[in-house]
Amino acid sequence: MTRTLQAAWTIARKDLRIEARSRELVYTTLFFAVACLLVFAFAFVRERPIDNAAAGILWVALAFSGTLALGRTFERERQGETLRALLLAPVERGAVYLGKLIALLLLMAAVEMVVVPIVGLLFSAPLLRAPALLAGLLALGTVGFAAIGTLFAAMLVRASSRDVLLPILLYPMTAPLLIAGVQGTAAIFADEPNLVLAQNWLAMLLFFDAVVVTVALWVFGAVMTE
Amino acid sequence: MMNRLVPILLIAAAVIFGYAPFLIRDSPAEDTMGVVFKIFYFHVSSALTMMLSAIVCAIASAAYLRRRSRTADHIALAAAELAVVFGAIVLITGPLWARKSWGFWWVWDARVTSTLVMWMMFSSYLLLRKYAGVGSETLSAAVGVFAGVMSPLVYKSVDIWRTQHPTTNVLPSLPPGMRGVWLWCLVGFLLLYVALMALRTRLAASQAALDDLHLALED
Repeated sequence: MTRTLQAAWTIARKDLRIEARSRELVYTTLFFAVACLLVFAFAFVRERPIDNAAAGILWVALAFSGTLALGRTFERERQGETLRALLLAPVERGAVYLGKLIALLLLMAAVEMVVVPIVGLLFSAPLLRAPALLAGLLALGTVGFAAIGTLFAAMLVRASSRDVLLPILLYPMTAPLLIAGVQGTAAIFADEPNLVLAQNWLAMLLFFDAVVVTVALWVFGAVMTE
Repeated sequence: MMNRLVPILLIAAAVIFGYAPFLIRDSPAEDTMGVVFKIFYFHVSSALTMMLSAIVCAIASAAYLRRRSRTADHIALAAAELAVVFGAIVLITGPLWARKSWGFWWVWDARVTSTLVMWMMFSSYLLLRKYAGVGSETLSAAVGVFAGVMSPLVYKSVDIWRTQHPTTNVLPSLPPGMRGVWLWCLVGFLLLYVALMALRTRLAASQAALDDLHLALED
């Protein structure tokens, strides 16, 4: 168990080091997320932002930019032809999956650090009303989204037309996570905030994450066989 | 054995579907919705058939990932296709009914939304199967397993989010005159489903055998 986690951390550190040197993913993902926010402003700001739009805008921006980052994480392995080497490494398959997942999560967390405050500013969302609860919803929602996304991105790495297929698979599958994330956040941002409801959605997210990560670990081992 | 059963199943289904309109015409009218309610007999039957097909697809996909049995893969493919077909019937009859009884074509309620999401999951299974190229069986099997696991979660999450649709406890409380007609239609849909499954699985097996022969010839 510790060995698997150590191996996962080694793989994550490798990805993060490559990212730290090029900063390709973090800059492009971040810029894309901000570009999404701009489009949302055209769609949802009349005199001022329409009511209760902030939660949805935040989560859609995160889901879209997350998809962009996902497509690229395995693309590097493919371009460098290192995927086979990675899968040949004498560690459990699960470690490869977890390593990729951890690297992606840290990347998405970095993007969220910037995007969330911008949403607060541009769409007047009360971010500081329940900061711990909001952080929990974002963290758990991101974990579930990234867990499904990492699996599908890994599966599709050798498929033709993978760029189109990834979002097609991803959005229906992550529907429960997005619903829980948006509804929980909307409960915090509402004019009459309902923190108990937000806590319930947080608990749901925890449950979804447990299911998703367990199934994804098994499926990853079964699918990545060559 | 299945092959010999198919014509019998198809004839039985044809008889049932041929007689169903007369039964539905003579069934008692529902108190509040009147004649509009009669779409229920096909709507609910095809919805249950879709659920059944989704479960078959998820189980067959898991079996394929575990044992790499090609039969399991063919069953999963057939089940995914039929889930999309019967799902399309549900998604067409649903709005027709909703327009008359709720006043809107589409309502974002738990059952409606989760049916749409499930239908999209199995459609993406088919898209992946068609366009992913080499190894698409394994990839789509993973999607089949995931669709099976996520469907209840989709339902649960949308259920908490919003609910307007009649719940399942409508079925046991159906008056006897309606329940008989509904069971008649349900049996028709299930017979048709089994026959189509058998045919589609056989077709997938023949295609695989043909592909093998092609490969052997090229070598």
